[in-house]
Parts: sequence; C-alpha cells; structure tokens
Amino acid sequence: MTDVTPYVVLSAILFSIGAVGVLTRRNAIVVFMCVELMLNACNLAFVAFAKQHGNLDGQVAAFFVMVVAAAEVVVGLAIIMTIFRTRRSASVDDASLLKY
Amino acid sequence: MYSLSEAAHQVPVIEPSAADGTFSLLWLVIGLPLLGAVVLLLGGRATDRWGHWLGTLMSAASFVVSLLLFVELLGREEGDRSVTQHLYDWIAVGDLQVGMDLLYDPLSALFLLLITGVGTLIHVYSIGYMEHDPRRRRFFAYLNLFVAAMLMLVLAENYLGLFLGWEGVGLASYLLIGFWQHKPSAAAAARKAFVINRVGDIGMALAIALLFTTFGTTSFSAISQVSGAAEEDTLTAVGLLLLLAACGKSAQVPLQAWLLDAMEGPTPVSALIHAATMVTAGVYLVVRSNFIFELAPTAQTVVVVVATVTLLWGAVIGCAKDDIKKALAGSTMSQIGYMMLGAGLGVAGYAFAIFHLITHGFFKANMFLGAGSVMHGMNDDVDMRRYGALRHAMPVTFLTFAMGYLAIIGFPGFSGFWSKDKIIETALAENWVVGVLALLGAGITGFYMTRLMLLTFFTTKRWKEDVHPHESPGVMTVPLVVLAALSVLGGVLLLGDWIVEWLAPVVGEAPHHEPPLPIIVITLLTVATVAVGVAAAWFLVGRREVPLTAPQDVSFATRAARADMYGDAINDVLVGRPGAATVRGLTAGDRTVVDGLFTGGSAGVKATGNVLRRLQNGFVRSYALSVLGGVLLVVLALLAVNLA
Repeated sequence: MTDVTPYVVLSAILFSIGAVGVLTRRNAIVVFMCVELMLNACNLAFVAFAKQHGNLDGQVAAFFVMVVAAAEVVVGLAIIMTIFRTRRSASVDDASLLKY
Repeated sequence: MYSLSEAAHQVPVIEPSAADGTFSLLWLVIGLPLLGAVVLLLGGRATDRWGHWLGTLMSAASFVVSLLLFVELLGREEGDRSVTQHLYDWIAVGDLQVGMDLLYDPLSALFLLLITGVGTLIHVYSIGYMEHDPRRRRFFAYLNLFVAAMLMLVLAENYLGLFLGWEGVGLASYLLIGFWQHKPSAAAAARKAFVINRVGDIGMALAIALLFTTFGTTSFSAISQVSGAAEEDTLTAVGLLLLLAACGKSAQVPLQAWLLDAMEGPTPVSALIHAATMVTAGVYLVVRSNFIFELAPTAQTVVVVVATVTLLWGAVIGCAKDDIKKALAGSTMSQIGYMMLGAGLGVAGYAFAIFHLITHGFFKANMFLGAGSVMHGMNDDVDMRRYGALRHAMPVTFLTFAMGYLAIIGFPGFSGFWSKDKIIETALAENWVVGVLALLGAGITGFYMTRLMLLTFFTTKRWKEDVHPHESPGVMTVPLVVLAALSVLGGVLLLGDWIVEWLAPVVGEAPHHEPPLPIIVITLLTVATVAVGVAAAWFLVGRREVPLTAPQDVSFATRAARADMYGDAINDVLVGRPGAATVRGLTAGDRTVVDGLFTGGSAGVKATGNVLRRLQNGFVRSYALSVLGGVLLVVLALLAVNLA
C-alpha cells in the first residue's frame, strides 16, 4: 500500500492557495485560474485516494472533473470576455449589479 | 318511536281515508292558482293583456273546486270527514319518509272556502284597483302565488308540507309588500316582514325537527295517534316553538312589528294578508296542532298570555293612528289576538277561534278593500285627518264599510258579535282576568273603529283642494257588496252550534262548561263595553273640530300608541343594537385577531426577507467565501460524526 499522505497534503495546499486566490484577487482571469487550481487539487486527491484503495473510481471521477472544467472554461471565459467588452474591466467586484 | 297501543287517546285522532271520487280533485285547489302564477311569471309581457283575467279565473276555479269538495264533505258521515290524497313521495331518506300528502277535513275545508272565496273577491277588486299600474300582470302572478302557498299550508298532511306553504306565504308576502319597490319605504317594509318572519320560521324548523326525533314522523294523523305517549316536556317545547312560529306569521307580540309597516303594499295585498292568507296561518297552526297543545298546558298558557297582550297592544295602536290602513292593521293585530286567545283556551275555544277567523276574514277584507276604495277616490291619500264627510261622495263604499264596522265592533246580530262574544265568554269561563282583558279589548275596538268611521265618513270635510272624491268602479264595489253581505250574515255559521259540531272531529268536543255568569249577562256586558267605547269616540272625536295635523301636546299613552307602542324601539334595544354591537365586535375581532394572524405572519416573513436579502450584495467574492464557509462546516460536521 503506497503512502499517499504527501499527495493529499500537496492537494490540500494547492486547494488552499486556490481558495485564497479566489477570495482575494479581483481580476476575473486570475480568479478563474484559481478555480482551476482548486479543481486540479481535487483531481490530485481523487487520484491519490484511487491509488490507495486500488480501484479506478477516483480516476474516473478525475476525468469527469476535467471534462466539467473544460466546459466551464469555455462558458466562463466567454462570460468574462463579454463583461470586459461592456465594462472595460475584468474586475469581479465591478460586476456587482445583480444584488438586492 | 311509540307504538299505537302505548298512546293514551286524550286527543281527537285523525284517521283519514284515501281520496276518491270528487276528492281526487283536491290537488287542483292548489294546482290552479299555482298554474296561474307560473304562466303569468314565465309568460312575461305576452300575458300582459289578459294576465289579470287569468289570475282571477284561476282563483275562482279554485273556489269552485273547493265548493264542490265542501258539498261532498257535507254529505259524508261525521266520522268519515277526513280525506288524504297522496300526490307523490317527496322526501325518502332512510327513516325520513315524507310524502306530498294533502289532508282535507272539516278544518281545512273551511279554510279552503275562506282563502279561495275572499281571495277571488280580492282578485276581482284588484282588476280595478291596479288598472293603471304597468306591472299589473306581475301583481296577479304574485296574488296567485300567495293563494297557492296558503292553500298548500292548510292542505298539507304533514308539518313539512305545511312548512313549504308557510315559506311560500312568506315569499309571496315579501314580493307583494314590496310590490312598489321603487319606494324605499316599501322595500324596507318588505324586508322587515321577511326578516321577522324568519325569526318565527326558526321556531317552526326546530319544532319540526323535534317532532321528527320524538315521533319519527311529521304527519298530522300519525302524530295525533301517538302524541299522548310523549313526555310533557317535549310537547311543551314543541308547543312553544310552534307558538314562536305562529307569532311571526300572525304578528303576535313580540314579533308584531312587521304588520304595520306591511301597509306599504298595495291595499288589496293588505286585505289578502289580513283576511284570507298569512296572518291566519298562525291560528291555523295552533288549532291544527291541538293534539300537541292539549297535552302541553304550559304552552297553552303562554299562548293565552301572548294573545291577551297582543289583543290589547294592537287595539291601543289602532286608537292613535291617523293612517287609515295602519289603524286597520292595528285592529287586525288585535283581532288575531282574539283568535289566538280562543285557540289557546283549548278544546273549548278552537272552534270559536276558527269562527272568529272566518268572520274576521269577511269584515276585515271588506274594510281593507273599502279603505282602498276611499284611497282610490282621494288620490291615494291615507291620512284620515284629510278625509271627512265621505259618506255622500262614496255611498256604496260607505255602506259596505259600515257593515264591516258594525261587524268588528260586535253590533248585535252582525257576524263579529257572535264570534267575538263566544271567545270572551269562553275566556271568562276559563280565567276571569283574561276574560276581563278581552272585554276591555272589545271596548277599545269600539273606540278606535268608531274614530276611524267618524274621521273618514262623518264630521266635516277636510279634503285637499285638488281632491275630488268619487265612487269606485263596479269591479271594485261588487266585491265590497259581497263581503259586506258576508260580514252581516257570517254569524249563521253558529246557528245550532253548527261550526262547533263541524270542527269536533278535528279539534275535539268540549265538555259543557258553566260560565261564571249567565251568558246573557256576558253578552250585555260586552255590548255595554262596546257602547262605552263608541260613545267615548263620539265625544272625543265626533263632536270636536278635527285638526289637520296631529296635535303634539298629547299624553304619553298617545305618543306610545302613535309609535306602535315602541315596538320598533324595543326591537332595536333588545335585538338591533346588541346585534349590531356583536357584529361590530366580531368584525373588530376578525380585523385584529384573524387578520392579524395572517397579516402579522406575512409581515414577519417580509421583515425577515428584508434582513436576509442584504446577504445578496452582488460581490462574487463574498459569495465564494460563504460557499467556502459552508464547505468547511460540512467537513467539520463529517469529521465530528466520524470521530465521535
């Protein structure tokens, strides 16, 4: 049984960096990259646990996440592009009209 | 349920035979006027030209059938004079089996003749009286409906059928009292009559329910066979509830207030209500339910008390009214009181109550139609202070009215003399206090009727300038003459105690009762009392100048009588204001408590929403923080569960 602890720790570190990035950065592109980082941290954890349990479930899940992430990138970047065109800004804080 | 053998036979039992031969025509008596009403109401304007003739014809045909039936009944053996006709099964639900059955016996036979006979005369009179009314056809439709409903009331073989007619009468009276609906006063009067009648109807409905739970049937013949087996308390309750119903329909205290307002209707309607239909229904109900009242002495006593109060109440009101129709209405109330008194006195009085009802039907219809004839000639003015000396202008109306007048005050030989005298006699024999009060009532009757007579037909003329009194057309005077003749001759029913023996199979035979005074003394006493009343009227009204407006500096008694003995005020204080206060309380409660619950709930939701919507601040990063916080919470929860 392979010890997966380093992988999981690395995954946790990457996830935390991503989360902090999402919360602190204003640039939509950077936020987006941080989201990708979090997703990939999860993928790492999935694969690591799959290795630990010796089955393919986690790996399959990782593929699903990748597919979803790819789709999300398409839609997300399109939205960011559109917002930038109308507002001349890629700051997530500026796009705050949808509120109470 | 009581079996037949248990029942103690203390009351006359109704054992009708099935209708055959002529009696199978019985349903036509109701059917003809009902058909008239249906045709005239559905036919609409197409029937405008001949509608009044059809209405009169239907009523007259009904009278002819009643007459045929009566002759047939006369030919039968005394014990065989009850006939039922089963028309169809009306209500059949489990234990409740009610057939649409008609009962024709000596009691309903007399009512049939009175209702259709007087009703037809009123129809004929209305042809002339309503000639210029654009809605005359509708008027006749309602008259037919009124007559049909009253016939249903007196012909029904069970309380439920009676109730059907009872409600029909209430409806027809509402339609007719409010016939001139463009007058707000008429509309209000109709509504008042309807509402007060509803109060009585509650009694009727409860009585029927109680009878059904006690006896399992509502049929007169079935109940008359077993009523002796029921507990007296139950019968007393039924009797009191029936009395409440009778009070509503017959305008007895405390449900009397509608009768005077009902004068807003056209005069023939007043005649119909007061003489043939409607107000006599209460008396009929009490007499018909003799198998209950005979076994419930308490209820009988209450009937007597109510009747005595009413006969004085109405008489006093009659004394102070300047409106000729209202004076007559007060007198009706008083005379119905006499009938109720007779009915409340039990076996000894039933026949006399019905006798007075019939003679009263004659002379009161006569006088109401006479009053209508006077109004017809006086441009519909009802104020007697504006009449005077009309005997020359309207000789036929005057003479016929005089016959009715002599009958109602009980002038010896006239119909009212025989019938009222008998009731006073019986009352004196039963209880001298009631008897003396009835005697007093007779004296007051003499006063107010003489006053009415003097103000209208004698004294000096006080007409308005543009009024030219004239005699009414023949179509109106002929019914007056017929009714006047009946008012004079109505007493023949008492010849050889005919009416007492005729009704004996229905109401039972009274054991001979020696009155406290010789009958001739009582008669003389009555006549003397009436004479005092007449003389008082002569001295107070006839010999003086009559002011054109009612004097205001009058005694309290006069003011009370003018205000209908404060009947409306009493109702207002006892019922109206507490009712209004209750409603106000309920609406306030509804607004604060019930509405508060719902509006408060919604306000709470709204306030919470107002606070919570602040979370939706539009900053993506704060949303992300919440999501992260949520995830951390879930992870912590999972850890806590797993480690625990």
